[in-house]
Amino acid sequence: MRIRRAGVLPIAVAALLTSCTTAPDEVRVGSKKFTESVILGEILAQMERAAGVAAGHRAQLGGTQILWHALLAGDIDMYPEYTGTIRADILHLATGAPEASLREALARHGVAMSGSLGFEDRYALGMKARDAARLGVRSLSDLRAHPKLRLGFSEEFLNRPDGWPAVRTRYRLPQADIRPLDHDLAYRALAAGDIDAMDLYTTDAEIPYYDMVVLDDDLQVFPDYHAVVLYRLDLAQRAPAALRAVRDLEGGIKAEEMRRLNGRVKLERVPERAAAADFLAATLQIAQEPAAEGRARRVGRAVAEHLSLVAASLVTAVVVAIPLGIAAARRRRLGTAILALAGVVQTIPTLALLVLLIPVLGIGAAPAVAALFLYSVLPIVVNTMAGLAGIPASLLESADVLGLSRRARLYKVELPLASPSILAGVQTAAVINVGTATLGALIGAGGLGQPILTGIRLDDMRLILEGAVPAALLALIVQALFAWLSRGLVPRGLRLRPES
Amino acid sequence: MIELRDVSKRYGDVEVLHPTTLRLGRGVSVLLGPSGSGKSTILRLLTGLATPSSGEVCLWGQTVSPGTIGSLRRRLGYVIQEGGLFPHLTAADNVALAARYFGWDEGRVNARLVELCALTHLPADVLARYPAQLSGGQRQRVGLMRALMPGPELLLLDEPLGALDPMIRAELRADLLEIVRRLGQTVVLVTHDLAEAAFFADRVVLLRDGGVVQQGTMADLVERPADPFVTRFIGAQSGPFVPGARPEGAR
Repeated sequence: MRIRRAGVLPIAVAALLTSCTTAPDEVRVGSKKFTESVILGEILAQMERAAGVAAGHRAQLGGTQILWHALLAGDIDMYPEYTGTIRADILHLATGAPEASLREALARHGVAMSGSLGFEDRYALGMKARDAARLGVRSLSDLRAHPKLRLGFSEEFLNRPDGWPAVRTRYRLPQADIRPLDHDLAYRALAAGDIDAMDLYTTDAEIPYYDMVVLDDDLQVFPDYHAVVLYRLDLAQRAPAALRAVRDLEGGIKAEEMRRLNGRVKLERVPERAAAADFLAATLQIAQEPAAEGRARRVGRAVAEHLSLVAASLVTAVVVAIPLGIAAARRRRLGTAILALAGVVQTIPTLALLVLLIPVLGIGAAPAVAALFLYSVLPIVVNTMAGLAGIPASLLESADVLGLSRRARLYKVELPLASPSILAGVQTAAVINVGTATLGALIGAGGLGQPILTGIRLDDMRLILEGAVPAALLALIVQALFAWLSRGLVPRGLRLRPES
Repeated sequence: MIELRDVSKRYGDVEVLHPTTLRLGRGVSVLLGPSGSGKSTILRLLTGLATPSSGEVCLWGQTVSPGTIGSLRRRLGYVIQEGGLFPHLTAADNVALAARYFGWDEGRVNARLVELCALTHLPADVLARYPAQLSGGQRQRVGLMRALMPGPELLLLDEPLGALDPMIRAELRADLLEIVRRLGQTVVLVTHDLAEAAFFADRVVLLRDGGVVQQGTMADLVERPADPFVTRFIGAQSGPFVPGARPEGAR
C-alpha cells in the first residue's frame, strides 16, 4: 500500500531540515525588516568579509524579539540595534537607565553592546509640512488642540511602553482615531491623505521626500536611540577579527549619511548591497564586492526555497496527521483532545507561532517548516477523521464478517473509502502552506516572501510581484497537481455516479 | 448445528432479546417478525457483530467468543439488505477480497468466480463493473456470491430481497431458493415478510418484542397458533393466502 512506502519520508525530511539550518559562515549578521537595519547589516557583513572573516547576512528578519532570541540562541552573532529598544523592549529597564546598567544587564545574557555607530534614530511623530503649517502644529504639545486628527501607527509603536502609550500619557493627547499600519504603508497613507500624522524614525529618507515636518518632542518623552551593534560575548574568542571590524565602524556613520543611505535604497532603488559597498568604499576605503545575482536566478532560488518549505512541512504533516486522524476516529476521547489541540494551534497567529518556535528551533527554515507543519496537521486530521467516520457501519460489518482483521479492514476498506476526504485535507493544507510560507521570510527562511517583504519595504511593486505572482502560480499548480493525484489515488469505483 | 443457549442481549436498560434458547439445523430457518422483534439481533449474535449479555452462542459446538470468532467467520457467509458491497472495488474484487486475504491463488479465485456466476445466474461481464454501475438485483447477486465464495457451512441472509422492486424481487427470490436448495446447507433468513417466509422456510421462528412466540413449519403457525399474536400477524399480511403450500408456480 502507498501508506507503507511513506516510511522513508521522515528521514528525507529530517535530512532536508538539517541541510537548511546549518550555514557554513563563521560569523552571521542579522538585521530587522526595515531598510536602515538591512543596510547596517549589509555594511557589517561586508566589513567582516573585508577583514577576512567569513560572514553571512540574514537580512530582514521579523522584529526585535526574533533577532534577540536568535542572538541568544547563537543563530546570529550580531545585529544592529538601538539603545532605546534595548532598554525598553529587551531588558525592560526604566527609561532613564544609564548605559552602564544596559551593558551590565546584557552581559548577564552573554551579549555585549558596541559604542554608538555615530547617529541616533529616535521615534518621532511627523505630519505633512502643509498640514502642520495650516493647523499651527509645531510640537507634540500642539497636537492636544486637534482631537480629530487621524493617526497611523506601526504595531510596534502602538504597543511599546516608550511609544504611543508614553506620548499619549505625557502630552495628554485626546485623539481616538488611531490606525495600526505597516510603517512603509503609513507613508503612502499620509501622502494619500488617509491619515494626518504618523510615527517615524528620525533617519527616515521619506521625511524630505514627502515634505514632512518632525514634531518637536518638547516634553522629551522619547528616549535616546543610538544605533549600536549587539554581539555575542563569545565572539571575542571565536572570531576576534570580527570584533575589530565592529570597532572600526563605531562613530563612522553620521545621521545625514544614514538618511542619505536610506534614501538611496528606498527612493532610488539601489540595492542595499550596493549602497553599503559604495558607503564603505567612500568612507572606509573598502573595496567593492561583486554585484548580486540576476532576477531569474533570484526568482528561481526563491521558488526552490519556497517549495522546499512547503514540501518538507506537508510530507511530515501527512506522515503524522493521517495516523493521528485514524487514532482519533477510533477513540472518541482521544479524537476530541487531538482536535482541540490542533484547533488551538490553528488560532495562533503565524508570526506569534514563529516567535514561539525560535527559542527551540532557532531562525531559518526549521521553525518555518515546523510552523507550516503545525498548520497542516488540523485539516488533514479532521478530513481523515471525517472520511473514516463517514463510512457506513454496514460496510465495516461486512468486512468484519468476511473475516478481515482490523488491520486488513483499515488498508483494504477504510483508507480507500476515506481517500477522497483525506486527499482533500492534504490539498487544503498544501494550498494554505503555499500562502503561509511567504511569512517564513520574516524569520530568515527565504522563499517567495523575501521579495514581497522587500517590495513592501521599498514600495517596489515589481519586487512585490516577483514574489506574489510565483506564489499565486504555485497555488494553482498545487490545485492542478491534486486534481491529477486524485485520479491516481482515489479508487475508480468512488468516482462513479450511481446509475439508479 | 447452531445454537443459542439462554442468550439475551441488552443495550443499556433495554433488553432487545430476552433469554432465548434456539437450535437451528440444516435447511432454511426463517426468523420472522415485525421490526424490533429481535430477529436481526440474533443474526448479529451469530456473526459475532454483537456479544450476548448472558448465555452463549454456539456454532458447530464452539462458543462464539473473541478467540473463536475469526475461525468461525471463515465458515459462514453473510448477506445484508443492500448487499453491503464495497464501492471502491469491482464486483469481482468484492467477491474475491476475503479469499485473496486468506491466501487463495488467482487460479483458484477465478475458477470459483466462474462457478459462482453460473450458480447465481450473473453474466460474467458484470463482474468487471463497480457497485455504482450495477442494478439492485445484480448488487444482491454479487453480495450473495461474496458470501458463498469460501463455501460456507452456514449462510445468513438479512432481508436479502428487502430493497428490490417487485419484478426483480420475484426473479431473485426464485433463484435464491434454487441456490439454497442446491447447496443444502444451514441457512438462516431474516425477514418481516410473511409471503417471503412462506416461500423459503423449512422452519419458521416467529419473534415479537425480543422473544420467540412460536417455532415450527408454516402450517403449524397457521393451523395451531400458539398465541393470538400469531393469528394477528399472519392475518394482517396474508390476504388470499394458501397456508403451508410453497407457491411452486413462482419458479
